[in-house]
Amino acid sequence: MKKVPFPLWRTVFSWGIALFLFFPLFWVGITAFKTEGQAIAGHLFFSPTLSSFAEVQERSNYLLFARNSLITSLGSTILGILIAVPAAYSMAFFPTKKTRDILLWMLSTKMMPAVGALVPVYVMAQTVGMLDSLTALVIVFTLSNLPIMVWMLFSAFKEVPKDILEAVRLDGATVWEEFQHVILPLTMGGIASTGLLCLVLSWNEAFWALNLTSANAGTLASLIASYSSPEGLFWAKLSAASLMAIGPIIVFGWFSQKQLVQGLTFGAVK
Amino acid sequence: MSRFLPRALMAPSIVTLFLWMIVPLVMTLYFSVIHYNLMQPDETGFVGLENFRYFMSDPDFWPSVMHTLQLLGSVVVITVVLGVGLAVLVNEPFPGQGIVRVLLISPFFVMPTVNALLWKHMMMNPIYGVMAHVWQFFGLTPIDWMTDFPLLSVIIMLSWQWLPFACLIFITSLQSLDREQMDAAGMDGATGLDKFYYLVLPHMGRSIAVVVMIEMIFLLSVFAEIFTTTGGGPGNDSTNLAFLIFKQALMNFDVGVASSGALFAVILANIASVFLVKLVGKNLD
Repeated sequence: MKKVPFPLWRTVFSWGIALFLFFPLFWVGITAFKTEGQAIAGHLFFSPTLSSFAEVQERSNYLLFARNSLITSLGSTILGILIAVPAAYSMAFFPTKKTRDILLWMLSTKMMPAVGALVPVYVMAQTVGMLDSLTALVIVFTLSNLPIMVWMLFSAFKEVPKDILEAVRLDGATVWEEFQHVILPLTMGGIASTGLLCLVLSWNEAFWALNLTSANAGTLASLIASYSSPEGLFWAKLSAASLMAIGPIIVFGWFSQKQLVQGLTFGAVK
Repeated sequence: MSRFLPRALMAPSIVTLFLWMIVPLVMTLYFSVIHYNLMQPDETGFVGLENFRYFMSDPDFWPSVMHTLQLLGSVVVITVVLGVGLAVLVNEPFPGQGIVRVLLISPFFVMPTVNALLWKHMMMNPIYGVMAHVWQFFGLTPIDWMTDFPLLSVIIMLSWQWLPFACLIFITSLQSLDREQMDAAGMDGATGLDKFYYLVLPHMGRSIAVVVMIEMIFLLSVFAEIFTTTGGGPGNDSTNLAFLIFKQALMNFDVGVASSGALFAVILANIASVFLVKLVGKNLD
């Protein structure tokens, strides 16, 4: 293949747009290390300080919220995978006429605004004494991610070549053997990327976290919402809290982006 | 293989999702036909369709339906058009391509509450915000985004967040484009525009469908961004359906009216899912 020289303007243009779109995050990043005075003045050059981070931890116990975010995200990801894998497996390898309808029905449950279910879910959580509990959040996050997870896994399983499967079935392997020795190794990437997306979605979920929790089970997303006003006026503190809330998941995203995109585009890139 | 096993494997997902859908729906149906205001616990009883009439005659109702559709439509169009453009732009290798990709994708991982606060305070603040500084630099009067253009502000924030998502899916899709076909078309005298229209776009059809589907699912019920920035205001200028229901339930404490609104949102979601079926149904096979 002959190499076409890449025009300079495209390099410049690409970098320009990327920096432009990344700028808000860059700004949060540097504001977090400013004093309040420097933050409001919008200086580009300043002597960095860590005081805002300490203040955030002191004022709202950041570490507790971070722990809650981690537990609920990981919990709902693991639970979701455990429920979604068998369903997607069954849909992909034992399809019936109804498979497509079931899948679309699942996706349509995700389209209902969560706020529509708020009062009933709130009442139910209250009835069983699970308001402000991590268990309730894990359950709710899992259910709200489940449709997307089943859909992604279904797409991943569909990619497995049919003849491999037939060969294994002719050998008389049980379903579990078939799954463990053939399907699982072939679709590990798909399962991983489904888990990644679920982790990101749960970490960032704000609606249920805001409405079902208070002091004990709040997550970082709900903590940041509490900065809306009038505390949003303290930009350095707001930035420090934001940076601590999005930092881990962004770094995580950078390392897993390839995997994530592959998973989202099964069947879409043929 | 019996029919039992496939069903047993599906059961946990189907049962839990069914409960997740049906139990709130039945409770919502029940609440929607009774008088149920948390501030007036003594006044209860069957009121028929009174709540629906009340919810739909709310002056905020039609505007909020319109805003919901405007938000969805604008963000989908903006992210798909710009996403395709960006993907084509950064598809070929160039110096720093890896870093550019990382920078481009980052906003997707930002949680909605942070996204909203960062735009509201640090970007769009009319006095100290970065955009105000830029406006002043050019000698213009800074815009008070949240007050003067609340819906547009929310659209900007959401587009910023969803553009990376669209872009990344399109980049992946482009990488599987048949290079030889492109080169052959070039030899036959096809212009860049021809190639884009007849080869690139059809190739990306499926991934565009996926992006539209996922965005539709998430944008129909945008909440955190509105809650943390404009609070639906000023007036009802940035109230969408999700926020209107929230307002009825939690600000007016009227569970009955909020429930009738929720049912309306369910109907809207179902209409949207009919389009969804048309759009992606054939891509599922």
